[in-house]
Amino acid sequence: MSRLTVSIYRYNPETDDAPYMHDYEVDTQGRDLMVLNVIQMIKEQDSTLAYRRSCREGVCGSDGMNMNGKNSLACVTPLSDVVKDNRLVLRPLPGLPVIRDLVVDMAIFYKQYERIQPYLQNDEAPPAIERLQSPEERDKLDGLYECILCACCSTSCPSFWWNPDKFVGPAGLLWAYRFMADSRDTHTQERLAELDDPFSVFRCRGIMNCVAVCPKGLNPTRAIGKIRDLLVSNAA
Amino acid sequence: MVTSIMNLGRSGVSDWLIQRVSAVILALYTIFIVAFLLFHSDLDYSAWSALFAQTWMKIFTLLALLSVAAHAWVGLWIVATDYIKPANIRIATLTVVILALFVFVVWGVQVLWGA
Repeated sequence: MSRLTVSIYRYNPETDDAPYMHDYEVDTQGRDLMVLNVIQMIKEQDSTLAYRRSCREGVCGSDGMNMNGKNSLACVTPLSDVVKDNRLVLRPLPGLPVIRDLVVDMAIFYKQYERIQPYLQNDEAPPAIERLQSPEERDKLDGLYECILCACCSTSCPSFWWNPDKFVGPAGLLWAYRFMADSRDTHTQERLAELDDPFSVFRCRGIMNCVAVCPKGLNPTRAIGKIRDLLVSNAA
Repeated sequence: MVTSIMNLGRSGVSDWLIQRVSAVILALYTIFIVAFLLFHSDLDYSAWSALFAQTWMKIFTLLALLSVAAHAWVGLWIVATDYIKPANIRIATLTVVILALFVFVVWGVQVLWGA
């Protein structure tokens, strides 16, 4: 018998005037469960709890949330990583509007993703079979293409909190560089021109919260630095 | 592309470069002044005014002064756009900041080259 106290942010805009924290007691039987397993146990106690989940193995990016103050995916975060003093506090991703409980409205996050045109653009006529790439060229995409858009990074970034409508955010910029680095994409100049303002890229102050929280171990700050280097060498 | 009107450089790159270059100049000036004070523990008025009587020191000081103005303009524009959301209050705040920086620069020129 091992009791864990889980304090969860609850808010139903149809019935609640204001958000509140509600404590649940869960018996983990001493197992080092994933946080998502614990949430499912709570859902059996209280079916009104709302949260997103899908693949439960860190691929879909649905269950990004704030666990004891740090953003990550509940499905790949073991209790031993986050629980302190037998207590777990779950909140929705910070900085985005809450739809209900742990479910946030990610519209502005996707809008910034859409802005960087996250698809391959190539003006040359397509070859008969496919656009080829050397192994070295393909290697440049490692550490970039793995992003699953869970929004853990962008919602841990103060610059994104203050200016989510203007600053692309770490996730969107990682994707922007993923296409700039792709040898098959010919629109690097157009992509850079779209980002050369004081907000879109340069609002990054390099505090690296994005790197600290990324559940896939990616480094958006490095990608942002590469974009900045391209902008500087283009303009100088 | 996001437009903005009150930042110093017109693009993100120019603001970024101004911020870095002015920071280096200010660091060099600070190191120089601190070193000068350390090597002249018995500093008096004549030594201090002799230092500032030299043209290179006037130029170096004016450069540092312009760097303060540019660095503060870029930096405070960033702080203001983060924390002051109502546009009219932000524009008013930045106008006061920019005018103050202008006064400091002109005043500094008068101190350096004045009688």
